[in-house]
Amino acid sequence: MIQRILAILHARNLEFLRDKATLGWNVAMPLLLVAGMAAIFSGGDRASYKVALVQAEQEINTAAHPYLETRYFDFIAMDQEEAIQQVANHQLDLAINLNSGTYWINPESPGGYFAERLLEASSEEGAWLRQPASGDPITYVDWLIPGILGMNIMFSCLFGVGYVVVRYRKNGFLKRLKATPLRPVEFMSAQILSRLLLAIFVTLLLYGATRLLLDIRMEGSGLALFLVAVLASISLVAIGLAMAARVTSEELAGGLLNLVTWPMMLLSGVWFSLAGAPQWVQQLSNIFPLTHALTAARDIMLYGAGFADVLPQLLILAGITAAFLTLGAALFRWRGA
Amino acid sequence: MATAKSVPPILAVRELVKDYGPVHAVRGISFDVPRNCCFGLLGPNGAGKTTTVEIIEGVTPATSGEVLYEGRKAGAQFRQDSGVQFQTAALQDFITVRETLEMFHRLYRRRADIDQVIADCALEKLQKRDNRKLSGGQRQRLLLAIALVNDPKILFLDEPTTGMDPQARRNFWELVERIRARNKTIVLTTHYMEEAQALCDEIVIMNEGVIVTQGAPDTLLKAHYKEIILELPEADLAELPAEFPFSTYRRNGLVEIHTDDANEAITRLSRAGAPLGRLNIRPFRLEDLFLDLTGKELRS
Repeated sequence: MIQRILAILHARNLEFLRDKATLGWNVAMPLLLVAGMAAIFSGGDRASYKVALVQAEQEINTAAHPYLETRYFDFIAMDQEEAIQQVANHQLDLAINLNSGTYWINPESPGGYFAERLLEASSEEGAWLRQPASGDPITYVDWLIPGILGMNIMFSCLFGVGYVVVRYRKNGFLKRLKATPLRPVEFMSAQILSRLLLAIFVTLLLYGATRLLLDIRMEGSGLALFLVAVLASISLVAIGLAMAARVTSEELAGGLLNLVTWPMMLLSGVWFSLAGAPQWVQQLSNIFPLTHALTAARDIMLYGAGFADVLPQLLILAGITAAFLTLGAALFRWRGA
Repeated sequence: MATAKSVPPILAVRELVKDYGPVHAVRGISFDVPRNCCFGLLGPNGAGKTTTVEIIEGVTPATSGEVLYEGRKAGAQFRQDSGVQFQTAALQDFITVRETLEMFHRLYRRRADIDQVIADCALEKLQKRDNRKLSGGQRQRLLLAIALVNDPKILFLDEPTTGMDPQARRNFWELVERIRARNKTIVLTTHYMEEAQALCDEIVIMNEGVIVTQGAPDTLLKAHYKEIILELPEADLAELPAEFPFSTYRRNGLVEIHTDDANEAITRLSRAGAPLGRLNIRPFRLEDLFLDLTGKELRS
């Protein structure tokens, strides 16, 4: 069994590595994207201010305080610990607790300065207790890089495996393999391993490049981050295999894969935080493996989370992997209908 | 001492049926494939022979019926022991001939000497060539080599010489003969009747999902025909002689005269003034048998 998996794995790796155009694009595209994003967003321009309202309820009652009616301000309900952390990292301009009359500000934050001035202007003198929350700023690039790494893994794993399996089925290579002792689970394992190696290699390359070129934050455990990348890759390959389990048309495969990738790209927090999004959107985003992968990656890279902290996300990714591998194996056909 | 009749077949097909919706591709056929022979499965397009052979190979499921290998339902052991050369099969891009063979080689427990397979199939000079850069004949030789990497006991060849030039086809036949000489069983599907006649010890002719006839080619021809064929171009025999008591057919620009008395037929033609410079006398062939049994041309 192992021998057969290794045989398919080796041949698939050779095929991919010798396809210079595809290989080059797989590496170059995310690098270009990172460079582009860095150039565009590293200035930190933005159109609005973000202020956390420390409360349990998600609904913001703007009548509770005149400050909450300030235009161009996004008010986000959040728990106190997370709010203070984000203020310290310049991700929020201010955090206020109406019940205790306390607000937290990073004295080094320009946005915090203006948000504080407006809070004072809308309140009676001495109404607030000021608490400093210091820390290094988390730039948009710091926040974006895990998203770019995750998005690259997503495209590589879903399309890289899905299209290959459909092409093999369409051109009859799978039919040829069916006439050998190779079993579906062995073929699928080889595809998973091959794509996993590639996805991890490119991710490490990108991670190294961004650390070198953009000096991005890495506060937590590298090993935990590596594990997140591995589980994210396998779960996404498993979804790709399940979607390509019977399809014989690249066009249909493309449509099916886009059906998964677009919502994931928009709702998993690749480009922007969903903290201010409606509750149902946040709940919907939890069905995507990328959401959990990015949450774990950002917790590790930006806030120094360790293995135990991201264990829930790792378990969810493992569960998604098991579910889609089972589904893919059940649906898999060597030939089309 | 066991007689040839008592040796169980290597492969037995029993009541095989394959339906594609309302289309009945294979209609309950049964036959045995004797061991160590070249067994031909012949038929026109749509006869059901490719469906039949793919069911035997295990790449297409049957609607009903069974395939027995060495007396047991064909399964994992059959896959280990069989080699398959599909008429067309895509191979991975960017992989060389040798790497392709090595990959398939590693899928089996039972393995041939890969260098010997390469030599047998005359692929020595192509070992480092990318699969995409092979000619049609070279590709067919590689597909055959893939089918041989596990030193198969039973080898399936599906239209193996389609698209080959006459010389390449002859070379391929010699290769098949050498393989058969190693006590292998070969199941050959082909459109080329001369190929079947040259290689096969036993044939099955299929038409519209059923077996029309089965047996050794010579035996079948002797059983069906006591006559020989005189062929003349139609231009040389626009009208038949007045008294001409032989069956005649016009096919492909030729007049065929079926007779058991060639001298008499030639004498009558000569008396009628027909030019005989282009007269061809030949025995009945498998192609004639097929035509007579099914009324269809074999080649598409």
